[in-house]
Amino acid sequence: MKTPNVSNIDQGLKSELGKKGIVITTLEQLYNWGRAGSIWPLQFGLACCAIEMIASACGRYDIARFGAELFRGSPRQADLMIVAGTVTKKMTPQIVRLYNQMAEPKYVITMGACSIAGGPFIDGYNVLKGIDRFIPVDVHLPGCPPRPEALLFGLTTLQKKIAGQEIEKNEWYRKGLKREYPIPEFGPKGLIPKFNPEIWRPETASHRRERYGDPILIGKKTAAPKFETFGDSQVKVGTS
Amino acid sequence: MEERFPGIQVQIVNQGLVLKPGDLIRVAEFLKESEEFKLNYLSLITGVDYLEHLESVYHLYSIDLRTGPVVLKVRVPRDNARIPSLVSVFRGAEFQEREAYDMMGIVYEGHPDLRRIFMWEGFEGFPLRKDYIPEDDDVLEWEDVEWLERHNVKVPEDLKEHARRLKEAGKEARAQKPTEKEV
Repeated sequence: MKTPNVSNIDQGLKSELGKKGIVITTLEQLYNWGRAGSIWPLQFGLACCAIEMIASACGRYDIARFGAELFRGSPRQADLMIVAGTVTKKMTPQIVRLYNQMAEPKYVITMGACSIAGGPFIDGYNVLKGIDRFIPVDVHLPGCPPRPEALLFGLTTLQKKIAGQEIEKNEWYRKGLKREYPIPEFGPKGLIPKFNPEIWRPETASHRRERYGDPILIGKKTAAPKFETFGDSQVKVGTS
Repeated sequence: MEERFPGIQVQIVNQGLVLKPGDLIRVAEFLKESEEFKLNYLSLITGVDYLEHLESVYHLYSIDLRTGPVVLKVRVPRDNARIPSLVSVFRGAEFQEREAYDMMGIVYEGHPDLRRIFMWEGFEGFPLRKDYIPEDDDVLEWEDVEWLERHNVKVPEDLKEHARRLKEAGKEARAQKPTEKEV
């Protein structure tokens, strides 16, 4: 990943001084190191990916060694939201509300195929095809479910991204920045709006949609096999 | 059973009993209380959509005698699907009947609190019926555009144009069948 704030300090001087116990660094690196090394996630497990998130927080794949040891219960105290699990349309307003309540700087990791794009339940009547329709996402983490080591890899990717953010250009100290997104409402047929066009645009040509329709509507509707005739008295007991 | 309830009409289909909606409560009470059956555990109520009618299926088990399942089925036409509720006989039928109502549209008369349990209040349509077509998620309709503008979100022009054209044509964004293609 590109880190635009690579320091211009001579590496030889740095190591020499390091042997004597003096550390030279830029303020930016120190600031980003502090932020990346202690990300506190918000407890947000929705479905099966939550089990993998819990497993990564337990003893064998320890997430605490990367700094994320405290899963906070309140969004006001967290700075990372790991959306783990299928996002249903009924749950979406609550997710957007929680995202709005998080304090800047805030990051989102979508864990698992369901929160990236609907996952294996993409044709469901209540499934939102990806939470990135309503909130901006920093790291997508594919898998079904991703292993705990994969979640740790996603966390380190996010840490690299944080390390690349420049302290002079960061947005959250500017006046008037409020990254709060409108909360969708329940309509008669689905959510209103279906997506937030500032954040997400649909694909222009979707191979899946051309091949299968949206969702799968191929095939003819056939009637159920007739085990009996209607209107008559007892006919044809099952073969047993 | 015919000797117990004279005039009942029962069919046996693949080891399940098909009943008329009016006979359901009598038969269920008899099966629950009688000493030879004692079927006091209702484990399942589902709705099934055959294309000509809807059906409500009940599975009864007996905890004391360890028999079961005994399957009861009730058939109703699609446009007037009303079945008496089993909540007076089995309390566990409450949520299951709410689910069958939400997904299939079978109305249970006598249910204390018949509302949708999976979908939200105000949702129109019954998702698990065979003729339910879900909405098309990738297309903004005119109400979406209006809502977004009320909330100060900039809508790109091409999406707005598409929504306007949809509204004028009077069509709704529904899921599409795949285009005919030679594979």
